[in-house]
Amino acid sequence: MDLMKSLIVILLSSVLVNNYVLSRFLGICPFLGVSKKLDQATGMGVSVTAVMLLATAVTWPIQHLLLDRVGLGYMQTIIFILVIAALVQMLELILKRFFPALHKNLGVYLPLITTNCAVLGVAINNITDGYSFLESIVSSLGCGLGFLLAMVLFSGMRSRIDETNIPKPFRGLAVTLIAASFISLAFMGFAGVVDALFA
Amino acid sequence: MKNNGNMTTLLKGILVENPVLVLILGTCPTLATTTNVAGAFGMGIAALVVLVCSNILISLLRKIIPDNVRIPCYIVIIAGFVTMVQMIVQAFFPALYEMLGVYLALITVNCIILGRAEMFASKNSVGKSALDGIGMGLGFTLALCAMAVIREVFGNASFAGMPIPFFEPFKIAFLVKAPGGMLVYGLLIALVSAVTRGKAPAKTEFSCEGCPSAGNCHTGLCQAKGEEL
Repeated sequence: MDLMKSLIVILLSSVLVNNYVLSRFLGICPFLGVSKKLDQATGMGVSVTAVMLLATAVTWPIQHLLLDRVGLGYMQTIIFILVIAALVQMLELILKRFFPALHKNLGVYLPLITTNCAVLGVAINNITDGYSFLESIVSSLGCGLGFLLAMVLFSGMRSRIDETNIPKPFRGLAVTLIAASFISLAFMGFAGVVDALFA
Repeated sequence: MKNNGNMTTLLKGILVENPVLVLILGTCPTLATTTNVAGAFGMGIAALVVLVCSNILISLLRKIIPDNVRIPCYIVIIAGFVTMVQMIVQAFFPALYEMLGVYLALITVNCIILGRAEMFASKNSVGKSALDGIGMGLGFTLALCAMAVIREVFGNASFAGMPIPFFEPFKIAFLVKAPGGMLVYGLLIALVSAVTRGKAPAKTEFSCEGCPSAGNCHTGLCQAKGEEL
């Protein structure tokens, strides 16, 4: 029961309180670049969630069963980024070969994810936070869902921005960032909620 | 004329092609590490060192690296330098290491570094690539420091950790929080776009070229970002 409770706390806090995009600033590039249309935002969010889960499932054992055992902890950054890059490539090949329909919908987002700092960030943070394997998986699921939520909410906001008349220097990214700041402000309201729920 | 060209390569990174405020690369560290001037400066210098080293090495190897595996090669080179910088910072500046945390490792996936490797170092001579690295790195550091000064002085009433007397009652704590970072960044981009209007590079230069994923993407998904700017 305690395990269940701690897992739920990790899940909720990584979706709402410590949202990777809105409060830890990871994965801002796709957040700003691919959030113009709702379907693209959803596709990107789902792909990122899948890659985060896979990356954590592979990097956690590598760190704990391989790097830590032979004292190569400092190779973390290099190994993790290579593993993630290889994983994304393999995932794309597998999808293309066995699930062409899925590949058609989500495949285009995969190459963009290799250098997404949110994926590497989640993998490293799970190690630094000292999570167990199960906790790591739940936390990366939460981070992915949080990313998806932020993308979907933000794409709605951006379609509104497109219809308004904006002063010239603010057009483009400036107003987008200011809008993102408001969403982030809204998410700040979740601080403390999760802890209070289970207190 | 030749000197002039080198000077332009060096200086364009500082304002006209500022990686953070004009090319909009490396947004994540810009937002995350600018709550404190010392942290922002450290982040800028760390990225500068990695950028110059990787630009030089990639430029040296540009004729040896096969074209279709160049992105993984670049990533390995960059990750190698990042690991070295990480170890140096951990050994000599432990306070900074604590402050930057995961963002130090994340220099690996900083779009500025991969973007410059792809856009500049893979096509230009070693000397020019080194100058480009220094210019872009300085531009990154300056933009980070500018943001950090605004956020720390007005948001926390301090400068590089030292409290500013009599300023305490007027601080706007919102600015050092996450939304404040995005707000200040948005305002700065608007300011730079107002100042450099007409001098900024053509719109096409924003698109896929600067993107680290461009090498294996070409879907044009992010084109929206370019055309809107």
